[in-house]
Amino acid sequence: MAPPIATTPPVLQGPSAKEKKYDRQLRLWGANGQQALESSHILLLNSGAGVVGVETLKNLVLPGTGTFTIVDEAVVCEEDLGVNFFLEQSSLGKSRGEECCRLLLELNPEVKGFHIQKTIADFVKRSDLSQYTLIILVAPVGSLDVASEVSQIAWDLRQPLIYVHSVGFYSHTSVQLPPSFPIVDTHPDPPSTQDLRLLQPWSELLAYAKTQTADLEAFSDHDHGHVPWILLLLHYLEKWKESHNGEFSVRDDKKAFREFVGSHARTDNAEGGEENYDEALTAANRALTLPTIPSDLKSLLLEEECQIPRNSSANFWLIVNAISTFIKKHSLLPLPGTVPDMKSQSKDYIALQSLYRQKSQQDISEVTSNVRALEHALNRHIPIPDAEISAFCKNAAFVKLIHGRKLIINPLKHGWNDNSITTIIEHTTTMNFVSGKPSLFPILIALYGFDSAIAAAASVRPESNNLLAAASASPGFFTLMETYIRDVFGKLDSTSEDLDEALQHTLNIAREIQRSGPGELHNISSLTGGMIAQEVIKIITKQYVPVDNCLVFDGIESASAVYRL
Amino acid sequence: METDSMNSTTIPERMNIDRTRWSYLDCVLKKGGPFTDPEAVFGDGVISRIESAKILVIGAGGLGCEILKNLALSGFKDIHVIDMDTIDVSNLNRQFLFRESDVGKSKAECAAAFVERRVKGVKITPYNCKIQDKDESFYSQFSLVVSGLDSIEARRWINAMLVDMVDAEDPESLKPIIDGGTEGFKGQARVILPTISACYECQLDMHVPRQAVPLCTLATIPRQPQHCIEWAHIIAWEEHRKGTVLDTDDPEHVTWLYQKALTRAEEFNIIGVTYSLTQGVVKNIIPAIASTNAIIAASCSNEALKIMTGCNPFMDNYMQYSGDSGIYTYTFNFAKKDDCPVCGNLARDMQVNPKLTLEDFIASLSERAESQLKKPSIRKAGKSLYMQFPASLEEQTRPNLMKKMSELVEDGEEIAVADAALSIPFRYIIRYS
Ligand SMILES: [Zn+2]
Repeated sequence: MAPPIATTPPVLQGPSAKEKKYDRQLRLWGANGQQALESSHILLLNSGAGVVGVETLKNLVLPGTGTFTIVDEAVVCEEDLGVNFFLEQSSLGKSRGEECCRLLLELNPEVKGFHIQKTIADFVKRSDLSQYTLIILVAPVGSLDVASEVSQIAWDLRQPLIYVHSVGFYSHTSVQLPPSFPIVDTHPDPPSTQDLRLLQPWSELLAYAKTQTADLEAFSDHDHGHVPWILLLLHYLEKWKESHNGEFSVRDDKKAFREFVGSHARTDNAEGGEENYDEALTAANRALTLPTIPSDLKSLLLEEECQIPRNSSANFWLIVNAISTFIKKHSLLPLPGTVPDMKSQSKDYIALQSLYRQKSQQDISEVTSNVRALEHALNRHIPIPDAEISAFCKNAAFVKLIHGRKLIINPLKHGWNDNSITTIIEHTTTMNFVSGKPSLFPILIALYGFDSAIAAAASVRPESNNLLAAASASPGFFTLMETYIRDVFGKLDSTSEDLDEALQHTLNIAREIQRSGPGELHNISSLTGGMIAQEVIKIITKQYVPVDNCLVFDGIESASAVYRL
Repeated sequence: METDSMNSTTIPERMNIDRTRWSYLDCVLKKGGPFTDPEAVFGDGVISRIESAKILVIGAGGLGCEILKNLALSGFKDIHVIDMDTIDVSNLNRQFLFRESDVGKSKAECAAAFVERRVKGVKITPYNCKIQDKDESFYSQFSLVVSGLDSIEARRWINAMLVDMVDAEDPESLKPIIDGGTEGFKGQARVILPTISACYECQLDMHVPRQAVPLCTLATIPRQPQHCIEWAHIIAWEEHRKGTVLDTDDPEHVTWLYQKALTRAEEFNIIGVTYSLTQGVVKNIIPAIASTNAIIAASCSNEALKIMTGCNPFMDNYMQYSGDSGIYTYTFNFAKKDDCPVCGNLARDMQVNPKLTLEDFIASLSERAESQLKKPSIRKAGKSLYMQFPASLEEQTRPNLMKKMSELVEDGEEIAVADAALSIPFRYIIRYS
């Protein structure tokens, strides 16, 4: 070890102004995530009272999302001022998109914002949506055809789309991701990421453990109490095997093995026990498991894009292919190489840690050379960065692929995608098993009924620039919702009592929707705007795991549920 | 504008009957719905109740800014906010009522002024001080308390205060607490009806304290970059800069700690000490983002609106939220504990190793999930075992610190633990294991 060299201290490189401002979020998504946010452009297609979309933008402008554009045809009216925080007295009579844009931009000088005063239908017809990173479409759009068109365009462009309702105490958020949306940096909980290979130690680890624990019994109390628990478990596993025909059964022997380890802890010392042995016993359950290939990764390996890599394949798929080759050879994943903290001397811990790091590096090199061979075979000229391969290897067990699905704008017309009627009935009638409360799925059905009733009202009074006012003024509004809801339940074509109860509950939800205006309540729109912003951040940074694909929130019960439709 | 000044000065609030602005909100205040209590009455009475209710917001930070906005847009007109902090540049990524030019100003005052300016007719009274600076007479004026705090200690204090204030004879003395908290993509919101439902103290073990690294690890056998930083923080500073009060907001101080930690890390071949990590460890920084604050704050405000108006049933009584992997919420009834030291009436069992010295026992109280007391004094019936104050009593009881628990307390005997941070003593029954 080189002795610390006395030099003049380096120039103070404190954090930059930007790092200071964004410190609390950089600790979550890092410089890469921030870069992705800053180079994105979010399109908000606003409608209705328009609060939920603006609240979403607030949560995106603050962390520095590069650019946003608001499309909103509305002019600010008195009612807006009681529900939308990004409008003021002087906004009355002006373009709502423009005023919201102006007041949102006050939140962060680094963000750019634009506004367009047009109907969604008009805007979509005349614009190139490919310049946006992600689109947020706020219901009720009025015309279900326009909503379907936006969904189709986003689908064709492989562009993420978020479709949202916020009505009274209810909200719904659907996420339309491209058909293949891979995430490497899923941020799993740290304890779940430990893969220490105690049952399949590589030769260097085993040899190191042997030399370090050869004279364990003769160690002084101090040394004995500082042997890292990883080495203790490896040592006693060998001892165990000596007296058990060379076998250790994960299923049958764990309990007896832990007692065996515990019996070797010294208790006649000053502390009356040994912390490292205590740690070994606690860790044994988790650490003594055979490493497996997680099912998510297994299904990735079966994807066509992994099995038949092409010149044009995304980096992701080439790395998956290279890992697949690695797995075929070793029946193991590349070692992540992280070691939890444990009672031990500094040098022993560092030595053990570097052993794991070296092995991890070795595995990464092997995967990298697989990648390079593949690149060569496919005639690709731009090599995948080493850092990308290394990050993938370290998180291989937690890599995720979401198969995006197209939005359902009107289930009566386009059905529930791949879901069978039975699944939908299940969604509709299954009680929440924890709370014993009714399913939240009827909220979604009622919101579709709401859309359909609005569309009917809009077609009668197309000139009205306040759809919601027109709708609530329409005497048959509840009947329109009711008819739609009964049609949906008719399609479910079941005679079960549960379903009839669910129908009554859904009609009550429709009554609650009717009671609320139907309009937005600030709290529910703010809450939903928070959830949508989380989703947008996760999708743009390609970190953490977005909702797949339909989220319902109930502000009466304060509960949410996610359905895959 | 002319119309503005007329509105706010000459016309008394109650006569201002044009409610066009509140059309959306009024839909749920003027009539009941299929899920509301059939006995509830709606209309002008409810509207005047919410307009005249005095409501206290504790904290004007990430949650507080959102809560103030939400309450103002939920029809509350008499909002009070208390916060002792000043605005820092690292607040700007989420505390949306503040601008760069506000850095250094009082959070409570800035936030109050902003929301008053934006939402006409709302009155927000700021208090730029600690919650502990106010007494029962201050807290008794409010109908409801919404707290968005980042400190467990402050939450325990206000919880104990509001539980203690409940007088069974006087229904007005019961002030619901709605509490929110966030960390990264996760958070929780809860409704507490003091003495009726689980209080903050009943739920304390939901917040397990971070295990402190033993001093000997820092001093002799560091293994992690955090150990090197804690060493610089706790040991090196005392050694080299004794007399200078460490200010973790002073970049020079943090840089000094960072370089000390870095040198130590190099000495032990430990990698990973960075400026950012140094800051994170010494300031105990919790990641915080606008979106999570928005979710939790809105949930709290939604409950406040429901509780004050009965426009729908309120949450019973705890919602956990996680947005890391998909979105997941878990809403459940957290049961009140009969042996809660604050709102229960039974002493709580505590398993203790009889060989532990009193000193080690006291140290363990700060780490135990159910106690988390930093500087406790211990008494048993008719006898002080160890008192932190006054100095004379401390001196008298100090010899007990070295004694074993079994010498001082019988198995099954009750002890009282008092902590300067809390107004009431905690009662435990010692059970030897
Ligand atoms: Zn309690």
